[in-house]
Amino acid sequence: MLIFIARRLLFALALLFAVSAFTYVIFAALPSDPAALTCGKNCRPEVIATNRVRLGYDKPIVVQYGQFLNGIFKGRSYGVSEGVHCPAPSLGYSFRKHQCVTDLITRSLPVTASVALGAFVLWMLIGVGLGTMAALKRGRWPDRLATGFSVVGISLPTFFVGLLAIMVFVIWTGLLPFPRYEGITSNPAKWFMSLILPWFTLAIVSASSYVRLTRNGILEVMNEEFVRLGLAKGLRRRTLIIKYVMRAALLPIVTIAGLDFAALLGGAVITESVFNLPGMGKLSIMAVNDSDLPILVATTLVAAVFIVIANAFVDILYGFLDPRVRLN
Amino acid sequence: MTNTTPLLSVRDLHVSFKTNDGIVKAVDGVSFDVANGQTMGIVGESGSGKSVMVSAIMRLNFGTDVIVSGQILLNGIDLLALPESEMRQVRGRDIAMIFQDPLSALNPFYTVGYQVAEAYLVHHPKTSKAQVEAIVLNALDKVGIPDARKRMKSYPHEFSGGMRQRIVIAMALINQPKLLIADEPTTALDVTVQAQILELIDSLREENNSAVMLITHDLGVVAETIQQVMVMYAGRTAEYATVQDLFDTPSHPYTQGLLRAVRSFDQSTRGSLVSISGTPPSLINLPEACAFRPRCSQEMGPQSACATQRPELRTIGASQSACHLSADEVSRVQREAFSK
Amino acid sequence: MTPILEVRDVKKYFPSGSSRVLQRPTGQVKAVDGVSLSLQKGKTLGVVGESGCGKSTLARVLTRLIEPSSGSIFLEGEDVTRISGSELRRMRRDIQIIFQDPYSSLNPRHSVGEIIATPLRIQKTVAKSEEVGRVKELMHLVGLNPEHFNRYPHEFSGGQRQRVGIARSLALNPKVIVADEPVSALDVSIQSQILNLMQDLQTKLQVAFVFIAHDLSVVRHIADDVAVMYLGKIVELGPANIVYGHPTHPYTKALMSAVPVANPVSGRKIGRIVLTGDVPSPIDPPSGCRFRTRCWKAQDICASNEPELLDRGDGRVSACHFPELEA
Repeated sequence: MLIFIARRLLFALALLFAVSAFTYVIFAALPSDPAALTCGKNCRPEVIATNRVRLGYDKPIVVQYGQFLNGIFKGRSYGVSEGVHCPAPSLGYSFRKHQCVTDLITRSLPVTASVALGAFVLWMLIGVGLGTMAALKRGRWPDRLATGFSVVGISLPTFFVGLLAIMVFVIWTGLLPFPRYEGITSNPAKWFMSLILPWFTLAIVSASSYVRLTRNGILEVMNEEFVRLGLAKGLRRRTLIIKYVMRAALLPIVTIAGLDFAALLGGAVITESVFNLPGMGKLSIMAVNDSDLPILVATTLVAAVFIVIANAFVDILYGFLDPRVRLN
Repeated sequence: MTNTTPLLSVRDLHVSFKTNDGIVKAVDGVSFDVANGQTMGIVGESGSGKSVMVSAIMRLNFGTDVIVSGQILLNGIDLLALPESEMRQVRGRDIAMIFQDPLSALNPFYTVGYQVAEAYLVHHPKTSKAQVEAIVLNALDKVGIPDARKRMKSYPHEFSGGMRQRIVIAMALINQPKLLIADEPTTALDVTVQAQILELIDSLREENNSAVMLITHDLGVVAETIQQVMVMYAGRTAEYATVQDLFDTPSHPYTQGLLRAVRSFDQSTRGSLVSISGTPPSLINLPEACAFRPRCSQEMGPQSACATQRPELRTIGASQSACHLSADEVSRVQREAFSK
Repeated sequence: MTPILEVRDVKKYFPSGSSRVLQRPTGQVKAVDGVSLSLQKGKTLGVVGESGCGKSTLARVLTRLIEPSSGSIFLEGEDVTRISGSELRRMRRDIQIIFQDPYSSLNPRHSVGEIIATPLRIQKTVAKSEEVGRVKELMHLVGLNPEHFNRYPHEFSGGQRQRVGIARSLALNPKVIVADEPVSALDVSIQSQILNLMQDLQTKLQVAFVFIAHDLSVVRHIADDVAVMYLGKIVELGPANIVYGHPTHPYTKALMSAVPVANPVSGRKIGRIVLTGDVPSPIDPPSGCRFRTRCWKAQDICASNEPELLDRGDGRVSACHFPELEA
C-alpha cells in the first residue's frame, strides 16, 4: 500500500511539472505581445523594446520557463532599475496591477475556498441525501420530488439561479443583506451571511447531478447478488443499506466529487461574478479582459494543481476503500 | 408435531410482477413439499419461475411491485404471514441459501472471514470474538478451504470460483439450517469443479441432517443427488415425481422432450440432436390453457382441452403430471421412446 | 489438401499486474502458449476446455481481433498473421466470429435487419438496393421469419438472437466461422436447435467451423476433430470419434467423466473421476506438465519435464508422460 501511495505521488509530481510547462508554453504562443502590455496604450516602441529585454521576453521560451520555475522556488525580481522583488513562491508579476501575482492569488484563494467548501458540503448533503431518499422510496412521491428537483436543477443555469436568489431573498423579501464579501478572520458572522446565497446557488446546481448519480448507484447495487445474500443471511435492512449498499454505491461518487471540488477551487467564475466575490474566478475573468498574461498563467496553473492533487488523493482514497484496487 | 409433517410445504404459490407491458405471472399456482433430510430438485429452463420462487420463499424481494399469494409453511408456520422482524430470524438460521455466481454473491469490500462471521453473529449476537473466530475457522475447514486461518483475511476476488462457492456454502451452513436452498450452485463453475461442489453439499446435508432444495436447469445434476423432482414450465408445475420415475417413465411431454434432448447429447453417435421446437412463452398474459401447447408434439388440436383448459396436476403412471393426455396415450409414448 | 485455416505455434501473452503508468507489469498471463491447429474446408474443429484454458483468447487470435504475441496464422495457405489495412479487411470477409452471449453481442438500438446488414455495408459487397433482399434471405436461412427484419433484439428470445448472430456471420459468405461458446448461454431445449442449424448450414454452405465450448458433450455431435486445452496448451487433439472413444490424456478423461449424465442409474458416480482443487492461475502455471497438480497419475518426471504432444498411432496426439493407452 505504501509503495502504491509513493508511486502515485511521484506520478502526480511529474504530472504537475508537465502541466506547468504545457501551460507556460501555450500562453507564450499566444499572438499578444506581453511586453506591449507593460505600459499604457500610447507606448513608444523603444519603451516596449526595453521592457521586453528587462522582463526577459526576448529570451528563448525554455529560458523564460526556467526563470519562471526559478521564481517559484527562489523568488524573483522583475524589472531592472527600480526592480520589484516577489519572494518565493513567485508566480510572476502583473504590470497591469503592479503587484506580485502570488499576492493576488493568496488574496483570492481564501474567497474561492470559502465558496467552494461551503457549497461542496451543502451539495453533497443535498445530492446524496435526496438521491438516497429517492432510491429507497423508489416510485413513490419522495422519489418523484427528488428526481424533479434534479431535472429542474440541471436545466437551470447558475447565473439564473443566482440572480433569482438575489431577487427573492435580497430585493423582494430583504431576508438577507446584499452579499458583500468579508474575510472569515475579520468578521465570521458577516462572512457567513455573505456566503449563504452563493453556497446555495452553487449547491443546487451541482447537487442535481449527484441526486441522479446517487439514486442510480444505490438502485444498481440493491440489485447486486451480494445484497440479496446479505438479506438471505438475516441482516437487517438498515444494516444492509448502510454496510452493503451505501458503501458500494458511494465509491464512484467519491471520485467525481473529489474532482468536482478541485475544479471549483480553480474558481467558480459565474457564481463569483453574480455575487461579486473577489475569488479566483473573478481574478481570471479580469485577467482575460486585461490580457494580463502573468495572472492567467498563474490561475490556470493553480487550477491544474488542484485537479492533479485531487486526482492523486482520490486514487489513494480508492485504494483504501476498495480492496480490489489495493491488491493490484 | 408428527414426523409426517413436511419441513417445508408450499401451497398454491403465486408470484407476479407489475410491468409496463402487463402483469408477469412468474409463479402461477405451485405446490410441493420438502421432507426433513430430503433433497428435492426443481428443474426448469430460463423463465420457468424457479428462481423467482426461491426469492419468494425467502421473501427477498426488495421492491414493492411483487405480489405474492398462497402459503409457504415451514414446520407449519406460514412464512408469508410472518412480520418482517420474525422473517429475519428465519433467514440464515432456519433456511439458508447458496447462489449461482459466488463472485457476485460475496461482498467485494469485506474479507471472507468477516462475511462468514457476520452470518453467525446475526443470529448469535452475544458471542465472544474468540468463539466466533473458532466457529468460522471450523466452518471454513469443513468446506475444504486450505489454510483457513490465513485465508480468512483474504477478499473474495483473491479466491478461485470453486473456493468462493465453498465459502458461500460455509456461510450458509454455519447456523445449521433445517433447509438449504441451492439456486443453480454449480452453473457458474467449471465442469471438473461442479462434481466436487455437489458432493460437498450432499455430504454436509447428511452430516447436518438438513433438507436441500436444489434448483437447476440441468437434468444431469438432478440425476446425481436428488430424490424428489419437480419440473417447472412457464411458472407452473409440469411434472412432479421421484427421480427414478421421472427418468424411467416421464409423463409430461415437456419432460419427455427435455430428456430426449439431453440424452441425444450423451449419445456417442454423430448426427442430428433432438430438440424441442419453438421458444418458451412470454409470461405476460399467459392463456388459461396449457402453456406448453405451442411447443408440444402431442398437442391434440385447437378444439381440444389442450387449447381451452389449464391442465391440473394429476396422477399419470408413477408421476403427477399437468397434461390432458390420457394415461394410455402417455404410457404408449413412454414405451416407444423410453423403454430400456 | 491445403487446410482452410492453420495456426502454427501461436502464443498470446498478456501483461499482468497493473497497467497503470509508471507501474511495470509484474508478470505475464500465458493465455495461449504454443498452439498449432489446422482445419479443412467444410469441417468442424471443436476446442474444449475450462475457464482459463485460453480458448476464448484463441478464438480472438484466429479472427485477428487481437494480435498474437508470436506464431503464424494461415488462411488458405496464405500468411495472414501480420496483414493490415485493406488486406485485413478482405480477410475479415472470409473469417467471421459468433459470440457467446446473444444478449450483449447485438446492439439493442439497431433492428435485426440493420445488424445483419452491417457487414454488407462495411464490405460493400452488395448494392444498396439488394440489401434488404439479402438480409431476408439470410434470415430465412437461419430459420427466422424474414418479415421480422424491422424488429429489435429485445423482441427476440435467446435462441432467436443467436440465430441473428449466425445470420450476421454468414452475410459475407465466409469460409470459416469461429463460434465462441455459441450455445452455453441457452437453454438445453434450445441448444440442440442451434447445433442442428449449424450442422445444416455447414452441409449447405460448406463453411468450416471452429467450435469453442467448455462442455465436451456439446462439441461431440458437431466436431470432426476435437482439441482439448488446459492452461493455454493443447493436451489432446485428434478425430472426435477417437478422442471420445478412448481419451488418452488424464485431463480429457476427467473432463468426460465429469459431465453429469441424465440417468440416475448409470450416472451416479460410477467410474466418476472427481478432480481435486481448481484450475491453477495461468499467471503462474505449474512447472513441467501443467495438469500435474490435479492429476492422479503424476510422478516426479511430470514436475521436471514438460510432456510433448506425441502421436499415439491412431491419428491423435496427446501430451502426457503416462497416457492411458489401450491394452
